[in-house]
Amino acid sequence: MDRVKRTLAPYLLVLPGGLWLLLFFAVPMVTMLSLSLQEGDVVNGFVFTGHWQNYTESLADYQTQLIRSLVYGAITSIILIVLAFPVAYWIAFYGGRRKATYLFLIMLPFFVSFVLRTISWRMLLTDDGVLLHPLKAAGILPDGFNVLGTSGAVIAGLVYSFLPFMVLPIYVALERIDPRVVEAARDLYASPMTSFRKVIFPLALPGVFAGVLMTFVPASSDYVNSELLGSSETTMIGQVIQAKFLSNSDYPSASALSFTLMAVLLIGVFSYARMLGTEDVMKVAAR
Amino acid sequence: MNGRRVLHIYTWVLIAWLILPISVMILFGFNNPSGRYNQTWQGFTFKWYKDVFALEALTEALVTSLIVAVLTALIAGALGTGIGYALGRFRFRGSGGLNLLMFAAISSPELVMGSSLLSLFVSMGVSPGVVTITIAHVMFSVSFVAIVVRARVMTLDRSLEEAAADLGATGWSTFWKVIFPIILPAVASGVMLAFALSIDDFVITNFTAGTTETFPLWIWGATRVGLPPQVNVMGTMIFAAGVLFAVVANLRSRSKRKVAAAA
Repeated sequence: MDRVKRTLAPYLLVLPGGLWLLLFFAVPMVTMLSLSLQEGDVVNGFVFTGHWQNYTESLADYQTQLIRSLVYGAITSIILIVLAFPVAYWIAFYGGRRKATYLFLIMLPFFVSFVLRTISWRMLLTDDGVLLHPLKAAGILPDGFNVLGTSGAVIAGLVYSFLPFMVLPIYVALERIDPRVVEAARDLYASPMTSFRKVIFPLALPGVFAGVLMTFVPASSDYVNSELLGSSETTMIGQVIQAKFLSNSDYPSASALSFTLMAVLLIGVFSYARMLGTEDVMKVAAR
Repeated sequence: MNGRRVLHIYTWVLIAWLILPISVMILFGFNNPSGRYNQTWQGFTFKWYKDVFALEALTEALVTSLIVAVLTALIAGALGTGIGYALGRFRFRGSGGLNLLMFAAISSPELVMGSSLLSLFVSMGVSPGVVTITIAHVMFSVSFVAIVVRARVMTLDRSLEEAAADLGATGWSTFWKVIFPIILPAVASGVMLAFALSIDDFVITNFTAGTTETFPLWIWGATRVGLPPQVNVMGTMIFAAGVLFAVVANLRSRSKRKVAAAA
């Protein structure tokens, strides 16, 4: 009796949460896949007809937005690596007793709602706002100069939104490096640059990978930044999907686009994982 | 060393950049705008703090957010603790699949999770509201709780359990009297994490809320007509509460560690 209880215990513990994930994460994906192959409208209802043209048609209509989103996501991740690495490096190696405080400061934006932070940026960057107005009045910038509505503004917003997600994993990877390994490199006459290139950076790569995973996916599927900081020239695929689902109730083609986006991101993530070697990926996933 | 100094300054510049929009939010909660647009600085006032709950719909949205966050924290806390404890303590068939499911739920784009949940609710004819929002929030936060709890359980000393069993305790009472008090801090931080994820969430809520409004959804809807300063005040209050809580929790664990080190 007691042994039966022992073997059953983990299953009983896992059951409610696992069921929740199955019902509200896995099942909806299947529903959406089915919906993406249906025809009809909200009034008369949707019928499953295996209508795969939902994919080809919506892709033909919105490939520009899809590609733009992936490009914005990639640029955001690259900028983030460049911006975040030095900070993570400094905190990991020179943060001393204040490491936790610095990390806390990096994470401060998380205490403010995502939407509210982005709106604050819009306020700061608006044409006659606090930043641009004085520069225009002083004649440093031309009167017609504007930031909002450009792809630069959207990418800057994305970079701001996801910066902590790049700093933290790189920091964790750097923090784990045994200082003796770096000392050994120096003892063997490696210059600071060489020991960084050949010792520190390779050891930090799993962190960089995790950072890209944690920033590229949310950045390329984001619609808040492009909606608040962009214009019709910067429309991202997330905005298209959101409008189709919530304003037009065009569920089949919205589902098709949503599925395409996920497939593209998954393929991207996995080929990137292969490029880096699966072992590193497993290490990251295990964390 | 020179490079080190440059890095130090650079770190502070980046932190300043991160804090800039937060400062703007806080500052404009004290602004005294003449028109409807709270965009330019026009004088200092405390009146928005006095009238913080004057806008009924906004206050209602904030209350909805708090209700959903509390429900999410409790449900995800309980379910996540179950998963985390099982994964950290037992080896069982299917744990690999469960890990994969959790990993997928954490790394999937919010947009896709939100839209697929909407697909589910639409095809089942469920009308969206507080219940569907809470279902969605528990879904995306339960894995985070499980991971935090699992990490703590894995470091537990097995001999504690054996000692309890030797003294005649059943598995059930061993868990509640021995294990749970030890993992409680991890459970508490998982619960807080779920609360924070829930109260801040916009994208998934956007898809699962229907006409119900949470705090972030209300802000999103109001951006076109201009945000009232009350939003800044509420944002500041949430920010202050979060920071205060984090600092106090940190200081407490630090002083505990000091006591443990001295003993």
